[in-house]
Amino acid sequence: MDVIEVRGLRKTYRGHDAVRGIDLSVPRGEVFALLGPNGAGKTTTVEILEGHRKRSGGEARVLGEDPGTAGRDWRARIGVVLQDADDAADLTVTEMVRHMAGFYPDPRPVAEVIDLVGLTEKSKARIRTLSGGQRRRVDVALGIVGRPELLFLDEPTTGFDPAARRQFWDLIRALATEGTTILLTTHYLEEAEALADRLAVLSGGVIVAEGTPATLGGRGAAGAKVSWRHEGVQHTEQVADPTELIRKLVAEDADLTTLTVTRPTLEDTYLTLIGDHR
Amino acid sequence: MTAAVLPGTAHNGLARGRVELLQFIRDRTAVIFTFAFPAMLLLLFGTIFGDSYEDTGVSVSQVYTASMIAYGILSTGFITMGSGLAMDREDGTLKRLHGTPITATAYLLGKLILVLVLSVAEVTLLILVGVLVYDMPLPDASHWVVFGWLFLLSVIACTLCGIAVSALVKRARTAGAILNVPLVALQFISGVFIHPITQLPSWLITVASLFPVKWMSQGFRYVFLPDEMKVYEAAGQWELGRIALVLGAWCVIGLALCLVTFRWTEKDR
Ligand SMILES: Nc1ncnc2c1ncn2[C@@H]1O[C@H](COP(=O)(O)OP(=O)(O)O)[C@@H](O)[C@H]1O
Ligand SMILES: [Mg+2]
Repeated sequence: MDVIEVRGLRKTYRGHDAVRGIDLSVPRGEVFALLGPNGAGKTTTVEILEGHRKRSGGEARVLGEDPGTAGRDWRARIGVVLQDADDAADLTVTEMVRHMAGFYPDPRPVAEVIDLVGLTEKSKARIRTLSGGQRRRVDVALGIVGRPELLFLDEPTTGFDPAARRQFWDLIRALATEGTTILLTTHYLEEAEALADRLAVLSGGVIVAEGTPATLGGRGAAGAKVSWRHEGVQHTEQVADPTELIRKLVAEDADLTTLTVTRPTLEDTYLTLIGDHR
Repeated sequence: MTAAVLPGTAHNGLARGRVELLQFIRDRTAVIFTFAFPAMLLLLFGTIFGDSYEDTGVSVSQVYTASMIAYGILSTGFITMGSGLAMDREDGTLKRLHGTPITATAYLLGKLILVLVLSVAEVTLLILVGVLVYDMPLPDASHWVVFGWLFLLSVIACTLCGIAVSALVKRARTAGAILNVPLVALQFISGVFIHPITQLPSWLITVASLFPVKWMSQGFRYVFLPDEMKVYEAAGQWELGRIALVLGAWCVIGLALCLVTFRWTEKDR
């Protein structure tokens, strides 16, 4: 059985349909990214799966249980990084991590977790005094301190500088190597591309595409655009595989100084996908 | 799966209590307002109304000391809880905890520990002011026994009611305003600010008798004042049995309201 199984999930807020029937399956050990613009329904979906919000319809199973009714043992097996929280401002990083570690049966060592998120230098600082990105890293530390089997991350890298983001990516890869299943939401394409084994694009409460970063939205089959300029004339051809065409051009002794081969980037695909469904 | 077991509610509750206290102490404004305010009121009232109760030799300031102890417990329990819960709901504390294996009981136990410690400190401060500034004599052992159960019942009743009322508070910013309405109204009709309570119309005394504050202040007057002062009470008696009964009932009502109203997250979700 998959770690996350969702069928026809729906959520309505006072007549507003935020999530309109989505299906998801995430097998054990996978890093799955939910990608989508603001208001797409990412937080709503993730918080239903965390047991924070009630679903209006559909089926959801997380680690074999219904998140709406699952108990303490289930919560000990998940890790949650919420989209926003500003609690515990007057505690130090170490105090807060140690406090939360105490709720779990087999927590990671406090200093190790703080080191994993790169906050060792700030371990004695009050959380109030941290920058937004550092604050976010505390959230991540608190999400992983209980050694979760399944980790939820809702826009975890908002406010990170590029170096911190790379470090965070390494951490996620390390967790995935250990076998942690990860469901992450993001609106950073390069983050989904760098981390996810599979991803789904959510727009207006529906999944508009699902696949691997390489195949999403027919990207793998989209072929390539080959352009070159010969004797002052611009040529452009759309082909499934550019090898044959280029071999032919070489044989014809064409002028290839301006030759370009382009494939749709994940960004092109993504923008097309959410643009179609806006 | 690992053989390790989940830490229990008592363990988690104590851990919460420790962290609640740590956070409270580090928030200096909260410390000053919670502690200094009842003591300041006592000093003001004692100075403004400096007379004695006719032939008894008991000064008005001594009576205020006893009544202010009731006020101190009420404001600590009710306001700390009511606004604390609203704050925890708003800043994500509750939501974060709800993502962990902690139980609601452990969370509330932590709050109760906070209120208990704060109330002990508050009451000690008020007794010190009474003794040092107003020459209030300390009571004998049998009165301290009454003080013990009265204190515990009062703290628990006020705390539980505070938790229950926090369900009505939508935004932490407005918590103070909302919670102070019942609080201040009850003090005026319960013999805390205005004593003897018999000056009030009898229907108002009846209303006050439905709530815990009247019984708390009456009880603390029993503890700290000489026996002849009972003539100034509504019934002309200390009514210890009834005090225990009403406060006990409020503990039960408060607990029931808590169980019905406590929510980890805002409704609608
Ligand atoms: N508690 C709520 N009450 C009412 N509407 C909400 C609530 N939470 C989210 N919404 C609405 O649901 C939609 C999806 O929101 P959300 O799940 O937060 O999207 P995302 O995380 O992708 O930005 C938005 O239109 C948002 O305004
Ligand atoms: Mg969101």
